[in-house]
Amino acid sequence: MNSRPNSFRSGPDERGHFGMFGGRFVAETLMPLILDLEKAYAEAKADPAFQREMNGYLKDYVGRPSPLYFAERLTEHLGGAKVYLKREELNHTGSHKVNNVLGQIMVARRMGKKRIIAETGAGQHGVATATLCARFGLDCVVYMGAVDVARQEPNVIRMEMLGATVVPVQSGTRTLKDAMNEALRDWVTNVHDTFYCIGTVAGPHPYPMMVRDFQSVIGHETRTQMMEAEGRLPDSLIACIGGGSNAMGLFHPFLDDSSVEIFGVEAAGHGLDKLHAASLTGGRPGVLHGNRTYLLMNDDGQIQDAHSISAGLDYPGIGPEHSWLHETGRVTYLSATDEEALAAFQLLSRLEGIIPALESAHAIARVIELAPARASDHLMVVNLSGRGDKDVPQVGDILKGRKTT
Amino acid sequence: MTTRIDTRFAELQAQGRSAFVTFLMAGDPDPATSLAIIKALPQAGADVIEIGMPFTDPMADGPAIQAAGLRALKAGMTLVKTLDLVRAFRKDDDTTPIVLMGYYNPIYIHGVDRFLTEARQAGVDGLIIVDLPPEEDDELCLPAMRAGLNFIRLATPTTDDRRLPAVLANTSGFVYYVSITGITGAAAANATQVGDAVARIKRHTALPVCVGFGIRTPDAARDIARAANGAVVGTALVDALAKSLDSEGRATTGTVKAVADLAASLAQGVRGAARAAE
Repeated sequence: MNSRPNSFRSGPDERGHFGMFGGRFVAETLMPLILDLEKAYAEAKADPAFQREMNGYLKDYVGRPSPLYFAERLTEHLGGAKVYLKREELNHTGSHKVNNVLGQIMVARRMGKKRIIAETGAGQHGVATATLCARFGLDCVVYMGAVDVARQEPNVIRMEMLGATVVPVQSGTRTLKDAMNEALRDWVTNVHDTFYCIGTVAGPHPYPMMVRDFQSVIGHETRTQMMEAEGRLPDSLIACIGGGSNAMGLFHPFLDDSSVEIFGVEAAGHGLDKLHAASLTGGRPGVLHGNRTYLLMNDDGQIQDAHSISAGLDYPGIGPEHSWLHETGRVTYLSATDEEALAAFQLLSRLEGIIPALESAHAIARVIELAPARASDHLMVVNLSGRGDKDVPQVGDILKGRKTT
Repeated sequence: MTTRIDTRFAELQAQGRSAFVTFLMAGDPDPATSLAIIKALPQAGADVIEIGMPFTDPMADGPAIQAAGLRALKAGMTLVKTLDLVRAFRKDDDTTPIVLMGYYNPIYIHGVDRFLTEARQAGVDGLIIVDLPPEEDDELCLPAMRAGLNFIRLATPTTDDRRLPAVLANTSGFVYYVSITGITGAAAANATQVGDAVARIKRHTALPVCVGFGIRTPDAARDIARAANGAVVGTALVDALAKSLDSEGRATTGTVKAVADLAASLAQGVRGAARAAE
């Protein structure tokens, strides 16, 4: 599978395939709408007025560009590579999720859809969706696993304050995958007026491509900002991966720059030999939620429970383009355990005065290992995809011994 | 090539009546009870038997069929055991068509070619795979046709005239019209709208059209059977099964009878319909 394509940035093909991954594995009821969406998105992408309007909201509503910040004390502490943080946690709503939601809501408006549904794990995508629905006066229903509703309560309250209806999902494992199942069931039922705003680079074509395009603003800005700061490209990029949208947004503009090393960090949960959420490391290719990709499953093809301390990474799959980048070898996929993420969460808080989301702390955890092994002129960019406010109650309880991971 | 499905619909056509199609989940609530139920269905009046292949993440199913799948998985059901179930059924019945219905991943993991060979040997006649639209025909539909199995496609209210030819192109056996936009067990179908939709599909195909989703009672089954070549009942049968279980979700002495009795009364409804729409 290691045949090297001419470009890593040309996918997907017209059927939504990245190599063998991706595709459109959905019920017939949804197919006509998915084809309409593909067309509407292609038209929007080619429309300068759409780009202009989106750039206006990205600047004045989201607060872009997000800074590329030299983490001086973290760099000193680690004693190796020069570590920069791409500050996506400073965006309105506190994570990278808003970049994608803004784009999709603008497409939904072009399509005349009045009702928006979304799935959410940590609640960051749900909050971003609720926020933009409030801004544009659209009905919003967010599906969230009942387990996640309990462990990410601040975000549930935020979504409700923004006028969204949060539906706790009681089926299956009551986490992100079940929230996605339930959102798909809603969509099949209300397909005539409803737009499904998927929060990551997964789902049926064109979602993985569309979400990647909207998130690529992260990588494009990083490129410009690093040229301004250092006069050259970064040497390495690191981001955490659940479905993988923040990572894809950072990576994609650099995929054809062969000098740039790229690392994705999956959630190793209690450990790769125990319960975890590392689909590439511990899974194999299968078909779920509209696409073929690496999945955690048993020998009968039944999807297995994922586990991560971080609700946003607690998903047994990964975006299909990541599966392809894994098999082609362009991106190196690592993992970090709950314990390592907790340690990184505390380290960044103490050294830089930045409390990261538990999701982003997984990326920091690998920076702690990778940076010291590199020279002091090595430029390393880590995507700080979200802020940790939502995790403060949960981490506080764990640190005081009131809860386990 | 003629399958048991083709033969059965030709017989029904000659008799001037529509098909009663049942759906139950393989291995629900346990493999032995499931086999006893499926064996009882032809006697109760089922003309075609659909058997669900349990899957952890049934995206197009409502709570009743989700729960049925989880009961089956908990009882140790697998794709291999589902094929065993069909094989056991075939020992006594070589004419009632069996259609396996479910999601693609377990088949993909088992291996498409291996699955098709084993399914055909076990006595399976057709497949309905919810998450394989015509855009993914290379995956399973075309290999299934080559292996001599019918690939039965779902058409829905959102499948418009522009799209119907693509949906029907590689469909065989019959067309399954999903009468509502929604998941299994949700809203009831309106017989007039269903009649219009069936007529629309028949302008594009000579295949029989069966209608499912939302049919719960003998009267509704009769109305749909008048409008189509077959009425599919799933959730109502699964509900009857679920109600017969004990508090631990295990089969009781009344389980097989509860399902067979409801199937018999639904079959009466279908047989009470006038000659089906041509």
